Amino acid sequence: MPLRLATQVTGTFVALAALASWSVADAQDDAAALQTAVLAGSCANCHGTDGHSPGAIPSLAGKKEEDLLKALTAFKQGKAKVTVMTRLAKGYTDEQLAALAHYFATRE
Amino acid sequence: MTTRRSFLSLAGAGLALPWLPRPARAQAKAGRVIIIGGGFGGATAAHYLRRYDPQLEVTLVEPAANFVTCPFSNAVIGGLRDLASITHGYGGLERMGVRMARLAAEAVDPAGRTVRLAGGETLPYDRLILAPGIDIRWNGVEGYGPEAAERAPHAWKGGPQTALLRRQLEAMEDGGTVIIAVPASPFRCPPGPYERASLIAHFLKTSKAKSKILILDSNEEFSKQKLFMQAWEALYPGMIEWVPASQDGKVVRVDAASLTVETEFGTKHKAAVLNLIPPQTAGRIAVDSGLTNEAGWVPVTARTFEAAKAPGVHVVGDAAVASPMPKSAFCANAQAKVVAATVVAALRGLPAPEPSWANTCYSLLAPDYGISVAGVYRLEGDAVKAVEGAGGVSPLDAPPAFRREEAKFAVGWYQAITQDTFAG
Repeated sequence: MPLRLATQVTGTFVALAALASWSVADAQDDAAALQTAVLAGSCANCHGTDGHSPGAIPSLAGKKEEDLLKALTAFKQGKAKVTVMTRLAKGYTDEQLAALAHYFATRE
Repeated sequence: MTTRRSFLSLAGAGLALPWLPRPARAQAKAGRVIIIGGGFGGATAAHYLRRYDPQLEVTLVEPAANFVTCPFSNAVIGGLRDLASITHGYGGLERMGVRMARLAAEAVDPAGRTVRLAGGETLPYDRLILAPGIDIRWNGVEGYGPEAAERAPHAWKGGPQTALLRRQLEAMEDGGTVIIAVPASPFRCPPGPYERASLIAHFLKTSKAKSKILILDSNEEFSKQKLFMQAWEALYPGMIEWVPASQDGKVVRVDAASLTVETEFGTKHKAAVLNLIPPQTAGRIAVDSGLTNEAGWVPVTARTFEAAKAPGVHVVGDAAVASPMPKSAFCANAQAKVVAATVVAALRGLPAPEPSWANTCYSLLAPDYGISVAGVYRLEGDAVKAVEGAGGVSPLDAPPAFRREEAKFAVGWYQAITQDTFAG
């Protein structure tokens, strides 16, 4: 599934290449996007590539951003009774958790 | 008509959409990246390089047709799974556009930026990622060479050795002693020997209940120790004995023909099945390329995981010195993703992303009993540091439902990480 998405998106962008001209702002967007992808990379090991889980661990892709952020915040504060996420969420700043919630909410 | 800019603005909140490949630009060459080694580190790097930038020419150099994972190989040894269920091919990566070079890499030339393959062909690269895993340090325990390993398997690389140890356990008579010898740290998969003891105990308990397991350890303590010992007491009372180095647990010599080991202070132990986990080094190509330190591992710059002795050559996974990150499949996968992003940024002229790594390792102690260790890591100065206050092991006082949940997640973890690594 994510592969097809990647291919479609790539196709779109290759088609747009002729129309869009490159700018510094685009480079900043790319750098920021790459940074978020790096942060989210650690989630994929358990939750599947781009949050599409093939097994017993919950999928994250396409979930509501506010629900994801609420859950992550509860994990960080130790308010949710779960196994490992209470330990992991404490390793991230509130801004990082917000970026992760947004990232996975916007996966199709 | 939409444009790249307006498309990005749909993401809102000042955050860009997921990383999307930049269309071809006149001023940017896509670049050629070679990866040596198709395990968790190398396969993940290949997968994510192509995800991040589908215009990259990515070549994975790996002679084997399949990869048999060490994670869950203890479940095979304990009889809970078959070898096929932990064997993964490279078809998913090929569908992602990764080129497979099904030959061994024989030499690396960092100055000339080439890799020489078995048979003599030379491949040029713009960036090289080495993910050679481990090699056995033969004779690190006196008398333990490749022939001895056919009698006393290490089973520390997935594959025929895994199957051999399983067959030996099946053939063993009830009442025998299984010896597991553990090398001094660091070695691949710190909790691995103890998970193995647990799942062998599970097998013996159900089919050869008079048998015992003796762990002869070259260390004084081990990963998730309290959790393991608590579980052994509850699940396998009296079956598993652990001998630390200070109580003469360090195996220094082996006679594979008689399945006898000798410890530091001269005690001899005879096994019915001998699983000798030997000392290890970085995979051979890293050693041959002169990248390793005296201990046999590759020191790297923490930000980019470039070898200290060869800038431009990134090294990920078990081969690298990445402490406090353990030598785990999860860390190899995590390091590979950061390196993939770092390489894409370098080839595209973007600033290097700030690294962020994590680790989550499950150990299965019985089919319905799992425990875990987790960690979050970041760059501080030029060193990898564990984020304080995060990570740690499963609680010691958790109820059975918690252990069942983690056993279920262990299986989910395996499905996810292998999909994420091998792209399918």
